[in-house]
Amino acid sequence: MRFRMFIIAGLALALSLGLVACKKQEGKTAKAQAKVINGAGATFPYPIYAQWAYKYEKLTRTKINYQSIGSGGGVAQIKAKTVDFGASDAPLTPEELNESGLIQFPMVIGGVVPVVNLANIIAGSLKLSPEVLADIYLGKIKKWNDARIKQLNPGINLPNKSITVVHRADGSGTTWIFTNYLSKVSDEWKEKVGFGKAVAWPKANNVAGKGNEGVASFVKNVDGAIGYVEFAYALQNKMNYVQLKNKEGKYVKPMIESFQAAAANADWVNAPCYYLVLTDQPGANSWPITGASFILMHKKQQDKKQARTVLEFFDWCYRHGADLAVKLDYVPVPEEVYNLVEATWKKEIKANGQPVWDK
Amino acid sequence: MKLLLEPSTQTRNDGIFRLLTIVAASFILLIMILLFIELLSNSWLSLEKFGLQFLLTNVWDPVRQEFGALSSLYGTLVSTLIAMLIAVPLSLVIALFLVEMAPPMVSKFFGMAIELLAAIPSIIYGMWGLFVLAPLMAKYVQPFLQKISGNLFLFKGPPMGIGMFTAGIILAIMVLPFISSVMREVFLMVPNVVKESAVGMGATTWEMVKVMVRYGIQGMIGATFIGLSRAIGETMAVTFVIGNSHSISTSLFAPANSITATLANEFTEASEPVYLSALVELGLLLFVVTFIIQMVSQLWLKRVQKRMGVQ
Repeated sequence: MRFRMFIIAGLALALSLGLVACKKQEGKTAKAQAKVINGAGATFPYPIYAQWAYKYEKLTRTKINYQSIGSGGGVAQIKAKTVDFGASDAPLTPEELNESGLIQFPMVIGGVVPVVNLANIIAGSLKLSPEVLADIYLGKIKKWNDARIKQLNPGINLPNKSITVVHRADGSGTTWIFTNYLSKVSDEWKEKVGFGKAVAWPKANNVAGKGNEGVASFVKNVDGAIGYVEFAYALQNKMNYVQLKNKEGKYVKPMIESFQAAAANADWVNAPCYYLVLTDQPGANSWPITGASFILMHKKQQDKKQARTVLEFFDWCYRHGADLAVKLDYVPVPEEVYNLVEATWKKEIKANGQPVWDK
Repeated sequence: MKLLLEPSTQTRNDGIFRLLTIVAASFILLIMILLFIELLSNSWLSLEKFGLQFLLTNVWDPVRQEFGALSSLYGTLVSTLIAMLIAVPLSLVIALFLVEMAPPMVSKFFGMAIELLAAIPSIIYGMWGLFVLAPLMAKYVQPFLQKISGNLFLFKGPPMGIGMFTAGIILAIMVLPFISSVMREVFLMVPNVVKESAVGMGATTWEMVKVMVRYGIQGMIGATFIGLSRAIGETMAVTFVIGNSHSISTSLFAPANSITATLANEFTEASEPVYLSALVELGLLLFVVTFIIQMVSQLWLKRVQKRMGVQ
């Protein structure tokens, strides 16, 4: 009887010890596999980053936490080193990057599309030149049947209606790209307003909406309104977009191809620190108001393994994320551009003097 | 036996309870002071750079880093004023209806419906204002007002449905439940004796109501200030409909801005230190304005108390 008890007790002990050992091992492997990357920043690319993160976690068990707290917050957080990467809709200037030891690279491309509310005009048929668009936003062209708009659209019967200008109320990368374009094409705009995520809009007949949906709803409600929204938003809501004259003097429609043309034709090689804004780029098919959303990382990394995990994720996004991006109406970064970016990683990102990326 | 034992535990419990209340109460004061210090220190950059000019200029130029709060301050005060002008008389009438005129069942039903209004989140008011109210305003209300006023300066400009006036209306709807339910309580507290004596002396309903209003004036002022402090700090709903333009216009149909709307719009993407600091100073300004309003309301209440002969 006693002997039996002994055996049982011994068995139980062995079993529990074994279980503990198993558990320990499990914990070890789980720790080795479950990597976590933290990022924060821009709201505009959030949907695609979230999709990429979801798919990537399924494939590799690497978890990506991306908090879309806004570009300003993203820049502040990466500077404070609380996240592995930051994201910004507007590129940082080379001086600012050097000051805080950061590098940036484009991750996804988007664009801005002017949209109008003009009854009995077929969607996508109105043509505008850069100068006319700038003068509309400066409040110098006040009516839709202005001679300068008529001249660009001989076949269209333009109404005698006053133009209501709609812009974003909240600070936004969309505004940054749009105003950057206007300052490139109009000296007066550059001098009077300049560009930024929020600007002092000229006192024209204007209203401001919060977010793309705010701008879109004003454009829809106000007869004779013109506004600007992100390409994906205009597409998904079937808004009445405008054809724009690009640098080569050709009228282009906002399409994935025209955005990609702008990104491919841009001179990335000679842009220091990828400080390149894709507005008003050369090329017959280039949509003039294109912009990239950027990722920010520290040049000097503390943890080589972690940094490599982060770069592996971005590498996957470049090479395998294009389909997902197009599905969500984002424009993927062209191959020649991401090859260039990966060369930069090799050169610039280091841990203890060793390059992190060596593929 | 038990009774004899109790006093000592009672006094001890009393002591604990007393301490607890003191700690809890001083916590509020502490939070307020810390908040003030935090706002002050974070807006120091802007306070130093712009000084008093911050209150007096109407520039808001993030590109050139020049900021002035005048348009936001103006928008906050005017939109709140419009809201109060609409909400206070309306709440008074609603409260009187519920207490004096309506049959009990109807009164209960309406009372609940009004309190339900208070439970709706402000973003819903904002969305509703933008997608439902604004088009209606643009199509019917604003052209009508322009027509009957003979294009008065207050109603000039293209009717776009948004702007100061619409923001005021939304705010009025939002504070209505707060003001009217407090006013209802106030009227319910008027002793029947007072009402009966009024009626007994041959007063009509209207005259009796005047007596009730006189009796409840203190509570009514209190109700008004509850609504006011809610209206002045309201953010989401206003942001959607006020138009968000940093300009001051005599027309109520023109797009404007308020302190809270500016903060909600621009805080996330503000990266330059001066810009951020100017935004925090806007928050500080709202803090100070609310504080002043509270002080004025207390003083006013005191005066009313004296005049009405209540101790």
